[in-house]
Amino acid sequence: MIRAHVLICGGTGCTSSGSKSIQAAFDDALAAQGLTEEVKIVQTGCFGLCALGPVVIVHPDGTFYSRVTPEDVKEIVSEHLLKGRVVDHLVYNDTGDKAEAAPEHASLNDTAFYKAQKRVALRNCGVINPENIDEYIAMDGYAALGKALTEMTPDQVIETVLASGLRGRGGAGFPTGKKWELARNLVKDADQKFVACNADEGDPGAFMDRSVLEGDPHALIEAMAIAAYAIGANKGFVYVRAEYPIAVSRLGIAIGQAREYGLLGKNIFGTGFDFDMEIRLGAGAFVCGEETALMTSIEGHRGEPRPRPPFPAVKGLFGKPTVLNNVETYANIPQIILKGAEWFSSMGTEKSKGTKVFALGGNIKNTGLVEVPMGTTLRQIVEEIGGGIPGGKKFKAAQTGGPSGGCIPAQHLDIPIDYDNLLSIGSMMGSGGLIVMDEDSCMVDIAKFFLEFTVDESCGKCTPCRVGTQRLLEMLNKITEGKATLEDLDKMEELCHYIKKNALCGLGQTAPNPVLSTLHFFRDEYVAHIVDKKCPAGVCKSLLTFSIDKEKCIGCGLCARNCPADAITKTDYIAPGKKLPAWEIDPAKCVKCGACISGCKFKAISKG
Amino acid sequence: MKSLAELAAIRDKMKDKVVLREGSSQIRVVVGMATCGIAAGARPVLSAFVEGINNAGLSANVTVTQTGCIGICQYEPVVEIYEADKEKVTYVKMTPEKAAEVIERHLKGGKVVEEYIIK
Repeated sequence: MIRAHVLICGGTGCTSSGSKSIQAAFDDALAAQGLTEEVKIVQTGCFGLCALGPVVIVHPDGTFYSRVTPEDVKEIVSEHLLKGRVVDHLVYNDTGDKAEAAPEHASLNDTAFYKAQKRVALRNCGVINPENIDEYIAMDGYAALGKALTEMTPDQVIETVLASGLRGRGGAGFPTGKKWELARNLVKDADQKFVACNADEGDPGAFMDRSVLEGDPHALIEAMAIAAYAIGANKGFVYVRAEYPIAVSRLGIAIGQAREYGLLGKNIFGTGFDFDMEIRLGAGAFVCGEETALMTSIEGHRGEPRPRPPFPAVKGLFGKPTVLNNVETYANIPQIILKGAEWFSSMGTEKSKGTKVFALGGNIKNTGLVEVPMGTTLRQIVEEIGGGIPGGKKFKAAQTGGPSGGCIPAQHLDIPIDYDNLLSIGSMMGSGGLIVMDEDSCMVDIAKFFLEFTVDESCGKCTPCRVGTQRLLEMLNKITEGKATLEDLDKMEELCHYIKKNALCGLGQTAPNPVLSTLHFFRDEYVAHIVDKKCPAGVCKSLLTFSIDKEKCIGCGLCARNCPADAITKTDYIAPGKKLPAWEIDPAKCVKCGACISGCKFKAISKG
Repeated sequence: MKSLAELAAIRDKMKDKVVLREGSSQIRVVVGMATCGIAAGARPVLSAFVEGINNAGLSANVTVTQTGCIGICQYEPVVEIYEADKEKVTYVKMTPEKAAEVIERHLKGGKVVEEYIIK
């Protein structure tokens, strides 16, 4: 009889930090202690706290072990699982370090990281085994589909989704119910309709959709079946990027199991409703996350966008009316059907209901996945849940919305995050990537980073995007090299607005956002690069000079040995109180790698 | 899947198997499993509780966990029962047979089995 469950994270983050070998170590250790009949090992999806992976949770106590190594496993088995003593030194504590003393919160749900979260889309991630349909069913899985098919008309399903206030989680925030209503009603006599799922998550640093696919793939299948019933479709496509091998394989397993149970296929629940779905793999083009390009790609053509209208609700996949939603949007649907529109709309702000998943990254302690009610402030996410910025550095800005979004500076830390508030300060929700930057980040460099990305990913179909983003990047390069004039700054701004107005699809229309928003909030940094020829954060290499303070240099010569360019030589000068001559850097030879600074124990080297 | 009843049957069958992970139980049965407890026979007692609670259909409300040495080694195997808003009950010198009785009379019936508690 099973008395304890050991949940091991099998998400991409923990898999790459070695959770597979942990699982093997548990199998061995449990067998050695004769506990295989009493303790069950469960591989789950992402728990969210990727920074502390591999993550292991022991139930029924809910003890949260972090950064577990195969060597630790024996101790967990012999102490905790056999004798019932929590292994304190392996338990997560709020500072993200392994605790010396007994931690305050042995249980996962009591940690600051989880306490402020509200998990709807991620409710099963890290709780169930995604490769076992029975566990999903145990968590009321497929009950929403059953309810929709047997108790509700398609119009009632749409009304419920409309009333819930759910908006598209892919970024733009279009009301999901409205989308479904249009797909149901605009073309009355369509012989075929489709539902599709956008799982082509391409924003750098975003991995919300991946985690849902990896941790709770049946939720997506169930939601797509509900959407199909609502609009009158019987076929679905999931477009996933091939770079998500674990997600693709688990979704494939889930679809197979759903077919076996008759939850996909003909006459589902004996209601006469048919629905089946297929996976289509994307080859990694960012533009294929744009809805028209995505559908073109599913049809087997080169992934390029086309002008809208006609919108997909009228002419989508293979020319038929299509509903296309993002993974996270779908993940909310079964809960809304089961618990009702009112339950969902009780969370969030006036115009943005429910919760949002964010992928926290950058200069933050608890890198990982968090789900919070809409309207949570950025400060709560960064300081409480995210655990603040490492090394006591100051918060400078957070970037949301990836290459389409913008920066939120420190003065807006207390803004409640929802679609409209982010737009009003020149950023956007995007799919939910949230990159935190500390005082050492150069905002011009950040804008350049995102622009390099869009230049690479521009499909080339329309001139404003293909040529415009390239010119924009050249201007940014000029600024970071200290060769620009203030006039360039105005020109750059003008070009941004031109691209926004004229590009064909969302990729181009939003590509200038990182530039515009950094320009708006951090214009002084741009000016510093141009006028003073300085990078205030000390990032832009062309504007940096490295120098040795001869009064502090003790003459050990470590910097010279570390220097890959032989740019550091000995001088004749011996500072008072020092025994050896100081060293100096030849700026002509210096490659500005910073190896000298990180090696100097006497803080004698500075950059500026 | 031909009917909702079929789905409900799978859910009910599986519910007991995942409920362990929800941590929402009102009652906690804690078995002392330090060296002293194990030597006195705590393992069969633990198993008896796990199986008995499952068979009695109580697993949604009762969780069984272990703990280390409580400090009264001469009374092992010791089992403590925690219930919200109630005083902790400590059973001593437990056996699988006594465990079955505790499940029946205490966990199911709601009455403390006075003869087995620590005096």
